[in-house]
Amino acid sequence: MDKKVKLSKANTNSEETVKKVKPPKRNSKRFRKLKFKSGLFIAPSFLGVMTFFLIPFCVIIYYSVLDNPISANYVGFENFKNVAKNEAFMTAVKNTATFSAIAVPLAVVLSLILAMVLDLNIPFRSQFRTFFLSPMMVPVASIVLIWQVLFHNNGAVNDVIMKFGVDRIDWFKSDQAIIVIVILFLWKNLGYNMILFMAALASIPKDILEVARLESATPLQTFFYVKTRYLSSTVLFVTIMSLISSFKIFREIYLLTTDYPYPTLYMLQHYMNNKFKKLDYQALSAGAIMMSIVMVLIIGLLFIVEERFGKDVEG
Amino acid sequence: MEDFRKKDVLSEEILYLGTEPKKKKPQKNYSQEVLRKMDKRAARARKFFRFIKVSIATVIAAFFAILFLMPIVLTISNSFMASSEIASNYGTVFATNSNGGKVYISEKVNLKFIPDMVSFSQYSTVLFKSPEYLLKFWNSVILVGPIVLFQLIVATLASYGFARYTGKIRAIIFFSYVILMLMPYQVTLVPNYLVSSWLKILDTYWAIWLPGIFSPFAVFLLTKFMKRIPESMIEAAQIDGAGEWQIYRRICLPLCKGAICSAAILVFIDYWNMVEQPLILLADGEKHPLSVFLSKINSGEVGLAFAVATIYMVPTLLVFLYGEEYLVDGITYQGGVKG
Repeated sequence: MDKKVKLSKANTNSEETVKKVKPPKRNSKRFRKLKFKSGLFIAPSFLGVMTFFLIPFCVIIYYSVLDNPISANYVGFENFKNVAKNEAFMTAVKNTATFSAIAVPLAVVLSLILAMVLDLNIPFRSQFRTFFLSPMMVPVASIVLIWQVLFHNNGAVNDVIMKFGVDRIDWFKSDQAIIVIVILFLWKNLGYNMILFMAALASIPKDILEVARLESATPLQTFFYVKTRYLSSTVLFVTIMSLISSFKIFREIYLLTTDYPYPTLYMLQHYMNNKFKKLDYQALSAGAIMMSIVMVLIIGLLFIVEERFGKDVEG
Repeated sequence: MEDFRKKDVLSEEILYLGTEPKKKKPQKNYSQEVLRKMDKRAARARKFFRFIKVSIATVIAAFFAILFLMPIVLTISNSFMASSEIASNYGTVFATNSNGGKVYISEKVNLKFIPDMVSFSQYSTVLFKSPEYLLKFWNSVILVGPIVLFQLIVATLASYGFARYTGKIRAIIFFSYVILMLMPYQVTLVPNYLVSSWLKILDTYWAIWLPGIFSPFAVFLLTKFMKRIPESMIEAAQIDGAGEWQIYRRICLPLCKGAICSAAILVFIDYWNMVEQPLILLADGEKHPLSVFLSKINSGEVGLAFAVATIYMVPTLLVFLYGEEYLVDGITYQGGVKG
């Protein structure tokens, strides 16, 4: 008992000492120093991003209100109206949104399942992990080659499904085309997401899981009431990462389908690419700005949610 | 697990002995035996369930693993096929029309994992007969190496700054980084082209290097991990008299080793596969990396493509083999610190 008292006393003492050092008051000298010095660390990156990304982005905004870059007449929101009325643009928006709405949640859920499967201490665990990460190694071009071989009208996948008595599908030229792309996306990204989830699962305190077990919680209860609390911030992180990769997958889609693919595969990036080739900068800029506004909304929402949940877990 | 159960039984026994001393002594043996039997049975059942669970999980994992590995195996095994074999297997997929685009003709495609005859002809063409491929490979190395190295330096610095202190301005800057990161290439390419021509670095490697080095992706990733470093560690260092630079150098960098490795791998893969930037920013075809060549393969070179792709995969493989342990352990360790 004595020991306990001593221990707790020692604890409070150390807490006090920590508190003495800890909070640099706002506007105190130390606080301003910290602000300035850590600001210096950001400076190189910020300067670079300014020159190569932010200023160019301002140029884009400038272009978006001109009739064309050479005569440079101010036309206000005319470009935005034209782009929004454009059928190709709307199809592209619809397709991109559909793709992301299908692919991102699937990527999150499936990678979580994979991580939990590997978390069961199955044999050859580290080998499996490497296998799941392996798609990241394949060069984009050979992914495209292989996907063409697999999903060609006479390709391997059609061979298999025909054996089950299903009619062959011309994958790249039908409404099922989006499935091919979603599979490609999942194949490429599940591995890394899975690693992130595995790390998060490993970081759940073991004693809490033990308590749940002793309280005879079913695995489902443990998952929903205990694990999800600790996973929530990782879920959001993985969501953002998947969203980023869902925009990067365009390179593969483009190489697979070239400029004018089947209508359901016509993505926002196809639209931008085509405008870029036609040197139609004002449409490109207007489209880009509208896209970035939507992005700001989505990412902002995710950040706000993360702020809430992240704090919830720590507290 | 077993320890816990034993403890439970033991404590029950002690309790039992303590409360009811002598009367039920003959029954004690019996009950213990029953307990033990039940215990054994329960353990066996649990073991059985666990076995089933693990084997189902293994089957699932193996199924996915085969699906995931297939394209790589296919690439590597097909790189050992002679071009005639490739042509007879996949000829239909990549038949070209007059425009040079790919057109599908309805004929059978054979998916083949094992070549009829192992041939190194593709490799000898790539490696010895024409210097073009090696030159492009070297271009890739020159383009990607500095980007990965300097992007990480810039990004670790910046993410330290973001993680150390977050005010309103910094939150806005960080947010704009995330948005910029999500912009498709086509959007940033026009302005990038303009900036490069202002700085007069068009058609030089700098036009690829500089935007690459300052790309916000690694900053986003690393800030996430640096924020998890416990405040107490930084305070401890401060009490020991460390300045900001030393905290960054001696605490943040070593602790984020895993995250930095994973960022390096992701950045490397991203730029190793770049296609659009060199096409637009480097007019001189001789400076193009191998990835650009790989993306423009037409019918006659499909066989070569597999060999080139395999060679192109080697550096990624090395990066992976070297970095994977760091990647996994590093992230896990970070989580451990937090929990």
